[in-house]
Amino acid sequence: MAPPRSFLWSRRIFLTLLTGFVLLPVYVMVSSSLKPLADVSGKFRWLPSSLTIRPYIDIWSTVPLARYFVNSLIVAGAATVCSVVIAVFAAYAVSRYDFRGKRVFTVTVLSTQMFPGILFLLPLFLIYVNIGNSTGIALFGSRGGLILTYLTFSLPFSIWMLIGYFDSVPRDLDEAALVDGCGPLGALLRVVVPAAIPGIVAVAVYAFMTAWGEVLFASVMTNDTTRTLAVGLQGYSTLNNVYWNQIMAASLVVSVPVVAGFLLLQRYLVAGLTAGAVK
Amino acid sequence: MTTTTASAESGERTVRKNSPGAARGPRRTGRIKRIGLPYLLLLPALLLELLVHLVPMVIGIVMSFKELTQFYIRDWGTAPWSGLDNYQVSVDFDAPVGEALLHSFLVTIAFTLLSVGLCWLIGTAAAIYMQDTFRGRGLLRALFLVPYALPVYAAVITWVFMFQHDNGLVNHVLHDQLHLTDKPSFWLIGDNSFVALLTVSVWKGWPFAFLIVMAGLQNIPGELYEAAALDGAGLWQQIRRITLPSLRPVNQVLVLVLFLWTFNDFNTPYVLFGRTAPEAADLISVHIYQASFVTWNFGTGSAMSVLLLLFLLVVTGVYLLLTSRGRKTADV
Repeated sequence: MAPPRSFLWSRRIFLTLLTGFVLLPVYVMVSSSLKPLADVSGKFRWLPSSLTIRPYIDIWSTVPLARYFVNSLIVAGAATVCSVVIAVFAAYAVSRYDFRGKRVFTVTVLSTQMFPGILFLLPLFLIYVNIGNSTGIALFGSRGGLILTYLTFSLPFSIWMLIGYFDSVPRDLDEAALVDGCGPLGALLRVVVPAAIPGIVAVAVYAFMTAWGEVLFASVMTNDTTRTLAVGLQGYSTLNNVYWNQIMAASLVVSVPVVAGFLLLQRYLVAGLTAGAVK
Repeated sequence: MTTTTASAESGERTVRKNSPGAARGPRRTGRIKRIGLPYLLLLPALLLELLVHLVPMVIGIVMSFKELTQFYIRDWGTAPWSGLDNYQVSVDFDAPVGEALLHSFLVTIAFTLLSVGLCWLIGTAAAIYMQDTFRGRGLLRALFLVPYALPVYAAVITWVFMFQHDNGLVNHVLHDQLHLTDKPSFWLIGDNSFVALLTVSVWKGWPFAFLIVMAGLQNIPGELYEAAALDGAGLWQQIRRITLPSLRPVNQVLVLVLFLWTFNDFNTPYVLFGRTAPEAADLISVHIYQASFVTWNFGTGSAMSVLLLLFLLVVTGVYLLLTSRGRKTADV
């Protein structure tokens, strides 16, 4: 049955407006990154007065962008890998076994998800500072300390999604593996994990994006050498000038890997959300 | 690990074959292993939860009863107890600190309700409009996910540029091109900052609603629509009578998650306004951050955090209670 005209027209108008709204900042980012400084300091221009790739060259020397990039990559990468591995084990235990404290565990994990980060920031800040003072282990300001905090952002959500996803993998599959002589871990790694790959990829994408975009902890818990992109981008504003063209170029450079990866894997994310969060 | 368990099981099998009575011993160890296993699998997650969520929460609560200023940061244990002082200061709405907190709380509530409502509305409309196939649908879907995929700071900093007073796109369009305003407005200070924050928050947040609702739509059986069409229901009626009611369980989760994320959002206002937000857009997260790390009063900051936590617990509890009751009555 063909949709009625009113539906088609309202759809056209709505989707056109929405596309404009979504793409406006993207256009500003791309076009401004190709403008000379004079263009972004004066009145806004839709088109550059002259096209230049100068901002893309200058971004690397105005601030140590490469170092921030590496820091972000290490922190987000490590947080993602650890978070996924830990969440897979925990979710498997909850999904496949009955044990004392199961409800307490899931409720605790779920409820930490609803607390604001600021709640953990103050105590963690003090814990890290005090550990540093008494033992000399530099958690505060180190990448390790940041990885540790990021891990737990994504962990509750990952466990929650994976429980849902593992539940949707038929039990018969891993029971068959157990009968065939696999241990429980063998059943997990050879049967459940492969069947739940979309959910695991979704969780990994989510964990990486959260860590890559986090600002609050990065701004308090890093120093000059461990600073991530989230904080480092602020370096393009000096007392004399705000290098908007360079800020936009740098924003684009740090966005492209994440957005490309996300769009490539979005099929998995949708599948993962369907099984994990919606059912 | 895998091999040990496997060999234990094969061992069990051989024992049982020889004498049924002797099977008990190994069988029991097998069961103990099974009972221990879930805890073993949970151990890493438990340790981390303890270290980064539960212990800090307990410390945060302890801190809220202490006079914790910058003098005691190096060794917070030695800070003097102050009883309920921090709480009294926080909820004394006639004094400056309490008044500012109450104001920030109300701003956050208004902001959250508006943002969640708009995100849900736009996300749901887009998902329904894109339910059936048309040319360019795949491309649009990918485009719509871009705000969600962009790192917060990169996206929000672009909005900061657009909202600039002298060289921003927003003033250029509104003032220079459409002549809607007498003079260029300030967007990142003063009352307009609420609008700016809301715009950015909706831009960033609606694709998540879109994703979830799209996923929810896939679970609605097509026969429902066919039956409705046979009964003569038009498209708009089908949306109102079938699509929206079927989405209810999805929406209940979605709205709660959106509410918590928006209410607790720190990244967006922090990148948009910096360490001190304008009064009209002073969200609670930034407010507590400012009370703690700008004025260096960690005790009061902790008390505010605990109050916020209690509020969120109550809201979530009531919400879950209401929605589960709603679902039960719907099932009957």
